Amino acid sequence: MLIKKPSDIKSREITNKQIYLNRRKFLLQVSTAVAMVSTGFAFSNPLTPKKAHAGIKLTGVRKGNFSTDEPLNSLKDITTYNNFYEFGTDKYSPAQNAKTLVTRPWTVAVEGEIKRPKLYDIDELMKISPLEERIYRLRCVEGWSMVIPWIGFPLNALVKRVEPTSKAKFIELTTLHDPKQMAGQRWGVLDWPYVEGLRMDEAMHPLTILGVGLYGEVLPNQNGAPIRLIVPWKYGFKSIKSIVRIRFVEQQPVTAWMKAAPHEYGFYSNVNPEVDHPRWSQARERRIGEFTKRKTLMFNGYADQVAHLYQGMDLKINF
Amino acid sequence: MLNSQFKTQNSKFKILQAGVFLVCLIPLGLLGFDGYTDNLGANPIEVITRTTGTWTLVFLLITLSITPLRKTSGWHWLIRLRRMFGLFAFFYVCLHFTTYIWLDQFFDVQSIVKDVSKRPFITVGFFSFTLFLPLAVTSTSDMIRRLGKRWQQLHRLVYVVAIGGVVHYIWLVKADIRQPVIYGAILTLLLGYRLVTIWRPKHSTRLLGKALSAPSR
Repeated sequence: MLIKKPSDIKSREITNKQIYLNRRKFLLQVSTAVAMVSTGFAFSNPLTPKKAHAGIKLTGVRKGNFSTDEPLNSLKDITTYNNFYEFGTDKYSPAQNAKTLVTRPWTVAVEGEIKRPKLYDIDELMKISPLEERIYRLRCVEGWSMVIPWIGFPLNALVKRVEPTSKAKFIELTTLHDPKQMAGQRWGVLDWPYVEGLRMDEAMHPLTILGVGLYGEVLPNQNGAPIRLIVPWKYGFKSIKSIVRIRFVEQQPVTAWMKAAPHEYGFYSNVNPEVDHPRWSQARERRIGEFTKRKTLMFNGYADQVAHLYQGMDLKINF
Repeated sequence: MLNSQFKTQNSKFKILQAGVFLVCLIPLGLLGFDGYTDNLGANPIEVITRTTGTWTLVFLLITLSITPLRKTSGWHWLIRLRRMFGLFAFFYVCLHFTTYIWLDQFFDVQSIVKDVSKRPFITVGFFSFTLFLPLAVTSTSDMIRRLGKRWQQLHRLVYVVAIGGVVHYIWLVKADIRQPVIYGAILTLLLGYRLVTIWRPKHSTRLLGKALSAPSR
């Protein structure tokens, strides 16, 4: 018989809980020590970290416009419940797997239909405009939402700096493609690299920011470090993470999700309670941390700021 | 002779049955424990829905594997655990359904009707659940006796229920269908076994099945 009956385990054979916990702790300490020595970490001075990683405070951040005064989601919820398929399709995986992402050095290629193409170093990019705190609602296409205190700067600051030509109608953003760092890319769940796009007026809109931080600190890897897009009136997947390229183009880009399921994910993907996803309703959402569901707002509650961008457009067709 | 052997083993079997019963409750116990210790993550209702759904499928597959296992291994006592596994599948689908009706939809009948009629994955899930109900209701020994041959015919619906369950899962996921495909592959294997055995001549296992006084599938 394979199945052991509960009575087969004598109580003296059951490890005392304290011993069990101590053993865990010991194993953790040993493995941490081994890891530190083997990476040479133990020999560097921890007080002068050269690397910018999550937990480091961002300085000179001012309060930005458009912030909501709704209660914030906890840092724990924001950093443990993530859709970031590059680190696994399960929402709890990115927090575990994103440790392998190296965010320094990091460059972002800004190219295409612009007068001043440039390969930006991340630290230079972060200085092109003062960092602001923006407390935004984030609505996922799956029907949940959060309130997140982002740190970032308007994308339009970068756009203006690189001087788009008259041919630049859209921008196409691309995530790092490196299966060594991003374990989820070793399997073709999406056509890597992840690509997103915005129309030029959407990119220029003051609500649209490039995010580099969260809760006053450097952006954690699982949230899209070192730099990501945040477009609060669109479903979360539009806000592409860990960006390495921003290209100005004439034609509307084909995004990763449009390629994966063209009938389910459109280019615009504006939050819209009236237009359902083919497989689930978008009328309501569960705010993480709340028990009952709430009504989803048109353009995720940013209709006053952005509705004019889509005047005269049929949003059922342009979903 | 078989009967007397069977009787002497009966008390042993009862203990085994009780043990398996408790093991089948472990997923619920863990869910309860994680809930109590606040370890269900940022979206507990999603975790509850997923967990109860997953275990429904697992118990359905276990139930459907009894006959192939019994016939290939000769462990005919397995058949006596089948009903319990089937009812555990039903138990977990009831929790799954209740989670949806209560924690997800908050008894909003209009919204539920819309959901069931408009969304294919919910339609197929709801349909499978509905087909599961008569199976659970007619699972008592009394019902087996009363329905006779028709019981067996009725309970073949479990194939439809299981297929519906897997389709429900495949249609739910956004892109990563690896997990549901595994369930689909196992189910294909289990149903394929039945198709193959229909065409092949029956062995003496059939006699044994009768001796154990349980209808075989």
